[in-house]
Amino acid sequence: MTALAIRDLDKSFGGLRVTAGVSLAVMPGERRLIIGPNGAGKTTLFNLIAGELRPDSGAIELFGADVTRIPSRRRAHLGLARTYQIITLFAGETLLRNVTLSLLGLSRLRWNPVASLARQDDLLSQARDALRRVGLDHLADRPVAQTSYGERRRVEIAMALAQQPKVLLLDEPFAGLSIDERRDILALLNGIPRDVTIVMIEHDMDAALEFAEKITVLHFGEVVVEGTRAEVVAHPRTREIYLGE
Amino acid sequence: MRRTALAIALVLLAALPFWVGNAYYTNIAAQILIYAIFALGLNVVVGYAGLVSLGHAALFGVAAYAGAVLVNAGQGHLVVVLGSCGVTISVAAIFAVLALRGTGLGFVMITVALGQIVWGVAYRWISVTNGDNGVSITARPSPFGLSLATAPAFYWAVFVVFLAAVGSMAVFVGSPFGASLRGTRDQPRRMTALGYNVWLIRFLAFLLSGFWSGVAGLLYLYYNQFISPQAVALTASAEVLLMVISGGTATLLGPIAGAALVVIIKNVASAYIERWNFVLGAIFVAIVIFMPEGLVPGTVRLWRWTAAELRSRGAARTAEAAPRERTP
Amino acid sequence: MNLWLVLAINSITLAGLLFLLSAGFSLIFGLMRIPNLTHGSLLMLGAYFGVSLIGWGVGFWAAAVCAALGVALFGGFVERALLRRLAGAELAQVLVTLGLSFMIADVCLMLWGGDPVAVDTPAAARGSTLLFGTAFPTYRLVIIAIAVVIAAALWAMLDRTRLGAMIRAGVDDPAMARAVGIRVSHLFTIVFALGAGLAGFAGVIGGPILSVYPGLDQDMLPLALVVVILGGSGSLVGSLVGSFVVGFLYNFGQAVFPELAYVILFLPMLIVLVVRPRGLFGRAAP
Repeated sequence: MTALAIRDLDKSFGGLRVTAGVSLAVMPGERRLIIGPNGAGKTTLFNLIAGELRPDSGAIELFGADVTRIPSRRRAHLGLARTYQIITLFAGETLLRNVTLSLLGLSRLRWNPVASLARQDDLLSQARDALRRVGLDHLADRPVAQTSYGERRRVEIAMALAQQPKVLLLDEPFAGLSIDERRDILALLNGIPRDVTIVMIEHDMDAALEFAEKITVLHFGEVVVEGTRAEVVAHPRTREIYLGE
Repeated sequence: MRRTALAIALVLLAALPFWVGNAYYTNIAAQILIYAIFALGLNVVVGYAGLVSLGHAALFGVAAYAGAVLVNAGQGHLVVVLGSCGVTISVAAIFAVLALRGTGLGFVMITVALGQIVWGVAYRWISVTNGDNGVSITARPSPFGLSLATAPAFYWAVFVVFLAAVGSMAVFVGSPFGASLRGTRDQPRRMTALGYNVWLIRFLAFLLSGFWSGVAGLLYLYYNQFISPQAVALTASAEVLLMVISGGTATLLGPIAGAALVVIIKNVASAYIERWNFVLGAIFVAIVIFMPEGLVPGTVRLWRWTAAELRSRGAARTAEAAPRERTP
Repeated sequence: MNLWLVLAINSITLAGLLFLLSAGFSLIFGLMRIPNLTHGSLLMLGAYFGVSLIGWGVGFWAAAVCAALGVALFGGFVERALLRRLAGAELAQVLVTLGLSFMIADVCLMLWGGDPVAVDTPAAARGSTLLFGTAFPTYRLVIIAIAVVIAAALWAMLDRTRLGAMIRAGVDDPAMARAVGIRVSHLFTIVFALGAGLAGFAGVIGGPILSVYPGLDQDMLPLALVVVILGGSGSLVGSLVGSFVVGFLYNFGQAVFPELAYVILFLPMLIVLVVRPRGLFGRAAP
């Protein structure tokens, strides 16, 4: 059974066909990379998978269950988590509170208007653990505004991991990072256990290629090349898209 | 430090009728507390949900009118309170369902439209609301047999409700639901991806907001023993919004301070300054220029800056005065 | 039959005035995202300026233009001094524009007193004109003509000139416009002054019909808001269509269902908003 399956997904904005009959099958535990030049429709694909956008046609399946009509918030409860290309943290809050909100999203507690959030020791220690996994627990009480860009990227990942997802969508996790920071994030990602399936969009080749097992190349909304890392790198079409034109 | 300040404030407020001395100022204080409850209610939507409403006077007014109708129909105190609350929450639910169809200015305008419609109804449904003439009730209620006819007695009744409002707000703000609500204000997209039902969170927040606005409206009815369409007008909605913004939306004290500012200028300053409207407007403009986050956060900032200045000056002076150490 | 015709002409007249008022508001909101709640006060300020100028012997039309210029200058000043630093701070914008409207209203009360001032119809436009066999008040036709001319001029400016292109770009995508090198901050001041000037002009020429009184600002602002919301912000066509709808709803509503006048006005707006939140012709998302 596939962890994430997409069949003939189609999405147009006005006259522009941003996603053109995309089909994808990601196996459980796989590390899939989606690449393509700017405008290829990568982030739109993620938005469709996450449920932020409704496809014009096609189907999306999560572990065999059809989720095409299921709203975005329910997909989170079904084990889907994502990070964003542009950092979307809760700017006025501490790192701990950011990750706590992530944990709270899947807990019944989020509807409680009388309990004290500060006293939910169980939740808070889970949040600290999530920060520890990305090496940020020493900054747990620091407001987001006082952290560096690289640290914020790690918080994004911590928040997604805190949801204990079955399928993790990473949208350009290396964007804007220094070489050292990229190496750290790569190590972090490599440390994620195999019960999490990871699909990554990236622009930066070096770090992403090291990570990927299978690669899908998108161009103008279509899948043009797909295969193992070696196959895709050697494929003439890939060269053409990235170096030619 | 904060606890003692809070305790002192509570004692002062509780003893207010004694140290203020006359009925006029006690009544002003009661009005401030009533509007503080209203502003705190509105702040749930404006400050915590991040949605600007210019129609909240409709909720305030609906509660007052419902209360007036029930009182004049001879209903008992409990029925009046429950009935008024029920009607207000129902209207708030309708408001929320319609207004949440829009975002940003669309939301604001839908609340304006709904508020104006309620005002129109209050103005024209003469058989129930008596139109422009308004509805009077002959006496304030006497809960548990205690009379609220005198200024101090009524002030204490309002004070108790005010404490309940502030207390419950404080609990709400620190609760998981309160955190969820603020999350939807800051990153609604991400909240949805995290599994939250953003619409439902906002809807429930609106109901809570409507409830407290209604409580304030009912207290207002008891205070004035009268309700007219003016309390439901767009200017009334604008006024409470201004209380919230000028005081600052980020704290509980903000809306209270804003309510105090507007009520004092409208009622007290107006007796001494003929151009009090101008003064009020000028204060609002000044707040935007010097303390854009609001009076309370701005004052706290000023306080901290002053304290830091004094501390550094004191340290400099001590360093100058200390004898020079001679190192061998 | 005659009554309906009269109502129709009055509605179109009101629509003309509303268009002048709301076109400015719509551009300001569409371009700068500022809900300019001072707009009604700017109309009232212009009206009072006009009253004084006429009182000092200035001709009606000259007074209208001068008042418009005065309000435009004031608007430009307000934008540079106050609104400029508030980009994106929605609540601060609401607070400052409402605060200003309080101040302007009180100053008008102080300078011109609390009694309504009747403005005489300019001599040349008094009486009635015969059109299609019916006599219409000439001045109302004049207002309609002026509104049409200004609408055409605004359209030409937006569609044909560089300034207009920059404004349209700014409404569609402010970040992109800045990136392309458009001096957005100058643009903002010009547009705000233009909107203010139009409002002031509307106040003067509307004088003979609406008269000038304290509270004029609070009567006109909600109508302008309804026009902009119905028609969609940032759209001239939207303001035109919205003005028509509101003008007709208001007058016919008052005449036919006086008990439900406000409901008749706000219910359609509510329905439009609920079904199509960006208004009939709106470009920018509200």
